[in-house]
Amino acid sequence: MSKPFLSIENLTQTFPDGKGGNLTVFEDASFGVEKGEFVCILGHSGCGKSTIMNILAGLAEPTRGVVKMDGYAVSGPSLDRGVVFQNYSLLPWLSTLKNVTFAVQARFPNWSKAQVTKHATKYLEMVGLHGDVIHRKPSQLSGGMRQRVSIARAFANHPKLLLLDEPFGALDALTRGTIQDELLKIWGGTEQTVFMITHDIDEAILLADRILLMTNGPFARVAESVEITIPRPRTRTQIIEHPNYYAIRNHLVHFLGTRSRELAGKQSGEGAKAPRTVRIDKTTSTEAAEEAPVLRAVND
Amino acid sequence: MGSFSLNQRAAIWSLVILVVSLFVWEMSIPAQQAAGELTEYERLTGGGRPKAGVPPPSQVLVKAWEQLSNPFYDAGPNDKGIGIQIGYSIYRVLTGYSLAALVAIPLGFLIGMSPVAYKALNPFIQVLRPISPLAWMPLALFIIQDSEASAIFVIFICSIWPMLINTAFGVAGVRADWVNVARTHELGPLRTAFTVILPAAAPTIVTGMRISIGIAWLVIVAAEMLVGGTGIGYYVWNEWNNLDLTSVIFSILMIGVVGMALDAAFGVLQRAVAYVE
Repeated sequence: MSKPFLSIENLTQTFPDGKGGNLTVFEDASFGVEKGEFVCILGHSGCGKSTIMNILAGLAEPTRGVVKMDGYAVSGPSLDRGVVFQNYSLLPWLSTLKNVTFAVQARFPNWSKAQVTKHATKYLEMVGLHGDVIHRKPSQLSGGMRQRVSIARAFANHPKLLLLDEPFGALDALTRGTIQDELLKIWGGTEQTVFMITHDIDEAILLADRILLMTNGPFARVAESVEITIPRPRTRTQIIEHPNYYAIRNHLVHFLGTRSRELAGKQSGEGAKAPRTVRIDKTTSTEAAEEAPVLRAVND
Repeated sequence: MGSFSLNQRAAIWSLVILVVSLFVWEMSIPAQQAAGELTEYERLTGGGRPKAGVPPPSQVLVKAWEQLSNPFYDAGPNDKGIGIQIGYSIYRVLTGYSLAALVAIPLGFLIGMSPVAYKALNPFIQVLRPISPLAWMPLALFIIQDSEASAIFVIFICSIWPMLINTAFGVAGVRADWVNVARTHELGPLRTAFTVILPAAAPTIVTGMRISIGIAWLVIVAAEMLVGGTGIGYYVWNEWNNLDLTSVIFSILMIGVVGMALDAAFGVLQRAVAYVE
C-alpha cells in the first residue's frame, strides 16, 4: 500500500495541566490526505483541531508522532505549507499588495520586482481585489476583504499543502458565502491540496472531498472520515437539492451532537488506528433514498 | 464665533491669553523713579541708581530681536551668539543621544526577544534607571578627564533608559501571528527582525526615542551649567552671573522653543511609523 501524500501518524499532544499532571488533548491521531484533495476537519472546541493545524504548519511540535509530507517528516515551518490564519495575520503596516508581494518574494527570491508584482496582482484579482483597493492598508479593508488578501497570499505561493485555520470564522454569514464561492473557484483551477479546520457543517460539505470528525477532548481521536459524495462543481444552492446532502448533513450533526460526546475520553489503547471511513450515497440505491431513516452509515 | 472652526477659535484664545499675560507682566513691573522726584535722603542713599528687577516683556522682545538678528557672532569665550550656544547644546544632545540609540535599540531587541536576557539584565536596569544623570557627572569627569565628553556621557546615560525599555517592551509585544507569518514564509532571523519585528515594534520604539530626546534636552541645560564653557545651559548661567535677567528670560524661551522643535521632529517620525491594526 502506498503512503498518501500527507500522512499523519500516531500524533499525540499532551500539555501540563497546571496541577503537576498532564492533559492529553488528542491521542494517536492518524490519517492521510491525498494530493489534490480538499479535507475538512470538524470537531468541538478543545478537541485539538488548532493544535493539529499548528503541528502541520510546523509551528508546534507534537508530544509524540510524526507528520510526513511526500515521504519526508515535517519539522519546522516551510514555504511548502501555506497557512491562512483565522485572524488574517496581514502585516498592518504594509499595503494589501505589499502583503502579497512580501510572500511571493520569500517564495521566489530570484524573481524581478515587476514579476513579483504581476504575480501578486494576478492572485489578488482572482479573489476579486483590483484597482485602488490593493494599495490600501489592511485596516482600511473589511474583514471579508482582509481574508481574501490572506487567501490570495497563500495561493500565490503555490504551497504543496494549504492549511486553512477556520478562515471564515470571524466573518458574517453573507460574506462567508461569497468567499467560500471564491475559494472553490480559485481551488478548482489548481491541483492544490487543502486541509481546513471549520466549525461550520454546511461549509465543510460545500468545500470538502472528505470530512474528518474528531471526538471531544481530552483524549480526542479522529474517529471518522466521511466522504462527500456530491459531484463537483458544487454551488451553495445546488448541493442542497442533491439527495446525499441531507443524509450527510444529518450524519455530521448527529456525530457532533451526540456521538462525539459518547466516544470522548475513551482511551482506545490500541495505538494507531485509522479513522473509520463512512460513505453515504443515496444515488446508487434509488429506493432507499425515499425511505425515512436519514442516517445510514455504510461501514467498510 | 459660530463661523470659526475649532482650530481658529483655539488660535484666537491662545492669542488672547498671550496678549493678556504679557500685558499683566508689563504692568506689574514698577517703573524706575526719575531722579528728580527723589528726596535728598534718597539720593544720598543711592536711590537714584537703577534697581535690578525682573525686566518687562518689552525689553525681552528687544533683546530677542537683537540676538536673533545676529545669532552667530563670536566675540570671545564669554560672548557668543545664541545660535552658537544652542548649536553646541544640540550637538552634545545629538551625539550622546545617538550613541545611546546605538546601544539601546540592539540591546532592547535582545532583551525583548530573549526572556533569559530580560531576567538577567532587568535588575541592573532597575537600579541604574532611577539615578539622576547628573549624579554621574563627578565620576564621568574623573574617568573621562574631559568636560565636553562628560557632558555627552551624561546625555548618553539619561537617554538610554526610555529607549531601552520601550524597545524591549515593543519587541516582546509583537503579535505571535506576525512572527508566525515570518516563520511560515521561511524568513531568516535577520529578515524577520527587519521586515516584521522592527516595523511592528516601531511605534513603541519611537515613543521611547521621543521621551529620551525630551529628557536629554532637559538634562543638557543642567549639565552645561556644571561643565561651563559653551552651550545654552552655560549661557543661562553666565547671564545670571552678569545679572542680565533679560538675556536669562530670553534664553529660557529659546530652550523651550528648541525643545518643542526636537519633540515635533520625533512626532513626525512617530506618525510615519504608526499603523492601525
